[in-house]
Amino acid sequence: MNRNEVILIGHGSGGRLTRELIDEIFVKKFDNPLLSGLHDASIIETDSEKIAFTTDSYVIDPIFFPGGNIGKLAISGTVNDLCVSGSIPKYISCGFIIEEGLPISDLENIVTSMASEAERAGVFIVAGDTKVVKRGQCDKIFINTSGIGIIPSDRLHISSGKTIQPGDKILVSGTLGDHAIAILAARENLTLDEEIQSDTAPLNKLTEAVLVHPSDLRFMRDITRGGLATILTEVCENKDFGIDVDEKNIPIRQSVKSICELYGFDPLYLANEGKMMLIVRQESENIILQRLKTEKHGVDATIIGEITISHPGKAILKSVIGGRRIIEMLSGEMLPRIC
Amino acid sequence: MNFSVEFRNEKIAKALLTEIKSIIKSKIRIMEVCGGHTMAIRRYGIHTLLPNEIELLSGPGCPVCVTDQQFIDMSIAYARLPDCILLIYGDMLRIPGTASSLDREKASGCDIRIIYSTIQALEIVRKNPSKRIIFAAIGFETTVPGTAIALKQAKIEGLDNFFVLCAHKTMPMAMETLIEEGIPIDGYIGPGHVSAIAGSKIFDPLATKYNIPVVISGFEPVDLLQSVCLLVQMFQEGRSGVEIQYKRLVTHQGNVKAQHLIEEVFEPDTQYWRGIGAIPGSGLKIRKGYEKFDVQKQLPIQVERGPEPKGCLCGQILKGIKRPTDCKLFGKTCTPTHPIGACMVSSEGSCQSFYTYQSPEDLRESIV
Repeated sequence: MNRNEVILIGHGSGGRLTRELIDEIFVKKFDNPLLSGLHDASIIETDSEKIAFTTDSYVIDPIFFPGGNIGKLAISGTVNDLCVSGSIPKYISCGFIIEEGLPISDLENIVTSMASEAERAGVFIVAGDTKVVKRGQCDKIFINTSGIGIIPSDRLHISSGKTIQPGDKILVSGTLGDHAIAILAARENLTLDEEIQSDTAPLNKLTEAVLVHPSDLRFMRDITRGGLATILTEVCENKDFGIDVDEKNIPIRQSVKSICELYGFDPLYLANEGKMMLIVRQESENIILQRLKTEKHGVDATIIGEITISHPGKAILKSVIGGRRIIEMLSGEMLPRIC
Repeated sequence: MNFSVEFRNEKIAKALLTEIKSIIKSKIRIMEVCGGHTMAIRRYGIHTLLPNEIELLSGPGCPVCVTDQQFIDMSIAYARLPDCILLIYGDMLRIPGTASSLDREKASGCDIRIIYSTIQALEIVRKNPSKRIIFAAIGFETTVPGTAIALKQAKIEGLDNFFVLCAHKTMPMAMETLIEEGIPIDGYIGPGHVSAIAGSKIFDPLATKYNIPVVISGFEPVDLLQSVCLLVQMFQEGRSGVEIQYKRLVTHQGNVKAQHLIEEVFEPDTQYWRGIGAIPGSGLKIRKGYEKFDVQKQLPIQVERGPEPKGCLCGQILKGIKRPTDCKLFGKTCTPTHPIGACMVSSEGSCQSFYTYQSPEDLRESIV
C-alpha cells in the first residue's frame, strides 16, 4: 500500500481494498492475537466465561428503506456478528453521531426500531453516547455499536472454522442480494413490479436452531458487504481444501436477478443483512437444512456446495450451464454497467 | 417467457454444445466486440465448454477500456477547474490516467459524481446553476442517444451551464480496422445493444467487403451458444453476411427515432482508440448547432498525451492479439485492486473479466 495515497470509496466496499487497508494499517498497528483472526467477533477468555466482542458502524444512505432503517440495521447487524460466532448475544452499546438539522421525529423512529429489534433479539442496550456535528459534517446520522455475547465452550470452534474438512457441506440461509437491491431501488427511486425489501433481521433464533448439536456445525458467517463470494474466497484462501459451489442452487429472487442484469451486478457480491453461510458436517446437512427451513428467516435455505480436497485454496463455481470459474473477491466497489 | 430463465436453461445449452461439436470441422477464430459479451462468456464459463477448434477472441468492446488515457487526463483537468462538477459513468472512476485517476481526484476534493443516466445529469445541472457541469460522454452507439437527448433538452431549456466532453465511438470502422491490420478473424459475434440502436444494417458493409459472417448476439449463455453455433455453420458453409440471433431486441433497421436524434446532435468524426490509434469515422463529435455545449470548444484545455504504462499490454489485448494472461503484469503488479491498465479496471474489460472469472483451465499458451 502506498502511504502517499488517499482513502478511496472502494476501501469501504468489503472487498480486497478493504482487506488491504485492514491488514496493512489496523492489524499491523493494533497487533494482538485476539484481533489477528479477523473474525466477526473476537473471543475473550476470562476465568469464568468466554466472551464474544464485536464492533460495527452504520453509515447507510438512505436512512429509511423498504424493510428497515439504519437503527434496525445497527442492532440486527451487531447481533448477527455475535451469533454467527456461536455466541448468545447479550449486551450492546450505541454511539450516535447526528448531523445538525436531522428531524427529531426521524431520530425517534430510528430509536424505536432499535428498541423493538433489541427486544426481538433478546439483547439489552446498556451504554450509549451522543454527538451532534454541524450540518455537512456527517450524513444525517451515523451509528456505532459494540456487542458482547457469551460463548458456550462447545462452540469455540465456529468462528475460526478450524474443524472444516473435505466432505462438509455449504448452506445459505436464504435468498441473496435483497438488501443491496432494496437500497439501490430506494436511492435511485426505481419503481418495480415487486417491491424488494431489505432482509435486515437478527439471526440469533436461526443460529440457536442449528446449534442444537454444535459439533454438527463447522463454521458460520453472516453475508454482508462483499457478498457470498467474499466469504467463500476467505474461507479457503491459503488452506488445504477447496470449495465447489453450484450456481443453480444459489437462491436469488427473480426481481433481484433482473435488476442485477440491468445494472451489470453479480449477485454473488451483493450485501445482505439477514443471511448467513454455514459449513456443516456432511452427515448433518439435511437435518440442519430442515431446522433452518422451519424458522421464519430460513425458509429459503439451500445447500449450495461442499468442501473438497480438489483445488486447495480455491472456490470454484459451476455455472448454470455447466461452465466453471474460480470465485474471486471483488477489489472495490461494484459499479454499474455503462451499456 | 422469462428470458433470464429460458436463456440460461442447462438442457438447451447442452444441446447447442452437442450441435456445435457435431458440425465443427476446422479451426475458427471468433471475435466478440462487446464488453457485456466478454463478461458473460467468462462468467458462465462458456469458453470452458466449447470444443478446442473454437478460439474466442475478445476485441475492443469495452467502452471504458478503449477510451484513451488522454481522455482521462482531460477529465481530471476539467474536474479540477473551480466551480465544476464532473459527471461520469461508473467504471471511469478507477481508470488510471498518466499521473492520477478520477477516484483519487474525488477523494482529494474534486466534485466528481457517478450518474446512471443523462436524466440525472440534467437534474444536477438544474440544481446547480452557478456551477459548470461537465459530462464525460463515453460509450458506443448504445449510450449515444442518452447524450443526444440530454443535449437536445438542454438546448430547449437554455441550460447554459451544461457541457459535454465527447468521446463516443462507433463500432463498424474499428472492426474493419482490425481485419485491415491482418488480425485473423473468421467471424464476429456482433454487439447486441449497439445493434438495438443502430440496427444490424451497420455491419452489412463490413460483412460484404471482407466476406465474413457476423451474428448479432444477446447476453445470456444460450444467446451466445446459439450465436457461436450459427457462426460455425456460416463459416463452414462459406457464407458471409449479418444474421440476428438477438431477435427479441434487434432488427435490421434498429431504432430509427434514436438514429434521427443522434444525427441531429452529432456527426461522424475520427476517434482515438486505446491500443489501435486514430480511426477515421469511428466516433462522433457535437454538431455546429450544439457547439455551445461542447466543452472542448467553450473551455479549451491543453493536455499532453502521456505515455502508456510500461509493460501494459492493454492495446494488444484490445485487438485480440494477446490474452490478459500473456501480460507479465497480469495478476502480479496489475490486479483489480491495483490496476495499471484500463482493461483491468472496467468490469467489462478483458483483464478484469479474466481475473474475476478465471477458469481452472486458464493456462493456455499465448495465441501469437
